[in-house]
Amino acid sequence: MPRYFTEEHEWIDVDGDVATVGITDFAQGQLGDIVFVEVPDTGAELSKGGDAAVVESVKAASDVYAPVDGTVTEGNGQLEEDPALVNSDPEGEGWFFRMTLGDKSQLDGLMDAAAYKAFCDAL
Amino acid sequence: MAQGGTAPRLAVSTTTGVCDMREDEEVAIETATLPLDAWHRANGGRMVEFAGYWMPIQYEGIMAEHLWTRENAGLFDVSHMGQLALSGDGVAEALETLVPGDISALKPGRMRYSLLLAEDGGILDDLMITNEGDQYGIVVNGAVKWEDIGHLRENLPDDITLNHNEDYGLLALQGPKAVDALARLVPEAAGLVFMQATRATWEGHAIGLSRSGYTGEDGFEISLPNDALTAFADALCAMDEVKPIGLGARDSLRLEAGLPLYGHDLTPAIDPAEADLGFAVSKRRREEENFPGAARILGHLEDGPPQKRVGLLVDGKLPVREGAKLFDGEDEIGVVTSGGFAPSVGAPIAMGYVPTSLSAPGTTVAAEVRGKRVPCTVAAMPFVSHNYVRKTGG
Repeated sequence: MPRYFTEEHEWIDVDGDVATVGITDFAQGQLGDIVFVEVPDTGAELSKGGDAAVVESVKAASDVYAPVDGTVTEGNGQLEEDPALVNSDPEGEGWFFRMTLGDKSQLDGLMDAAAYKAFCDAL
Repeated sequence: MAQGGTAPRLAVSTTTGVCDMREDEEVAIETATLPLDAWHRANGGRMVEFAGYWMPIQYEGIMAEHLWTRENAGLFDVSHMGQLALSGDGVAEALETLVPGDISALKPGRMRYSLLLAEDGGILDDLMITNEGDQYGIVVNGAVKWEDIGHLRENLPDDITLNHNEDYGLLALQGPKAVDALARLVPEAAGLVFMQATRATWEGHAIGLSRSGYTGEDGFEISLPNDALTAFADALCAMDEVKPIGLGARDSLRLEAGLPLYGHDLTPAIDPAEADLGFAVSKRRREEENFPGAARILGHLEDGPPQKRVGLLVDGKLPVREGAKLFDGEDEIGVVTSGGFAPSVGAPIAMGYVPTSLSAPGTTVAAEVRGKRVPCTVAAMPFVSHNYVRKTGG
């Protein structure tokens, strides 16, 4: 299952026509203690680069953008009870939402793991 | 990701960098470094721009640092604050023309929280005034210290000398174990009570010491020469009960303690009655009615101000932050001036202004966050009880 990364520090796992989205370990480390996550409603139409979710750390609120176009199929309900999952397992249990892929060609513009690591190292 | 529309209180924006790619870069004035800059970086501090300086927002994490301070002792670098001294004949009386406190009654070795007031009674800054015997020491907020100095120079008589001591830094050691830790280095610490100050020496350096702070915990502020700061901070942090604490936790600690932050909860548009700081307007000064804005402030203290600073307990987990509008039904009634997750409370809390008619504890209002209405209950402050030490040996 290929995993892609954005310059806004989201990851996206693609499985056929469906994708799972979250924020990277690097991002959670920068944000610090996560106290609230607002995931999109099922059925929400997302467009690449548009607002998709909000993550609140102790210090600030940050937007999470849709990495590609698509429709939300599921938000991670666990984050409501346990937002700290984003800190403890950002690229696993701490996923944000699942979505359909409206335009698979948009994945071509994203980074793979190696490219993302190089991107972070350069920051 | 990018910072959301709710402006963070502390400057986490452009300088934490990586998550904020889309944010407009602010036009930066040269950001200054504090004497402990290298020490913060060596100790893992994540540096951000605040009040014109590079300062550590956190080391290991805001939540852990906050809770550590409430249980142990946290070391804060507050060297960005302005350390001023006033001396000369009639200095207390001169100072009283600008603040509403009874400065003449302040005994040597005692300190008092006060407010620098504009002509109309609006708050220009909040500050600590200490009678040091031969002079009055004043600690002012870093973000407005240059304006304060200008205001003091302009309004005090020429025979009053104003000294801005930039050769000294300021550290705060806060928490229930602060006294034990500090007394190992400076035994005089244990002899002070809350809002008492003294001079001392540490390894040959002349230092100033007061039992005060802005976290709600017992603790001290220590003024010492810039060239002694690193060694002193190292000596404290070598102790098991002391860890360095950043601005993030400093903010959440003072919010829980119900203490207002200048530039956010206090501004020139707000007077002491509105800010619920009536205690800073001394009895004698009320009787004499001779401080800036006395008519307005005394009127507001007498009849109730149109609006008042209150604490808010937020229903649920969604943090309500500075700038959030407050509603009573459909009516917009006020604004949140500070807010965030409170680690010791375990829930979001806030501070803001509402009409006095809606300021009684228990009153329900709603805050607007990203188009949603979040129920909040007006709460008595502090949110976490103060643990000041008012008697020694107790």
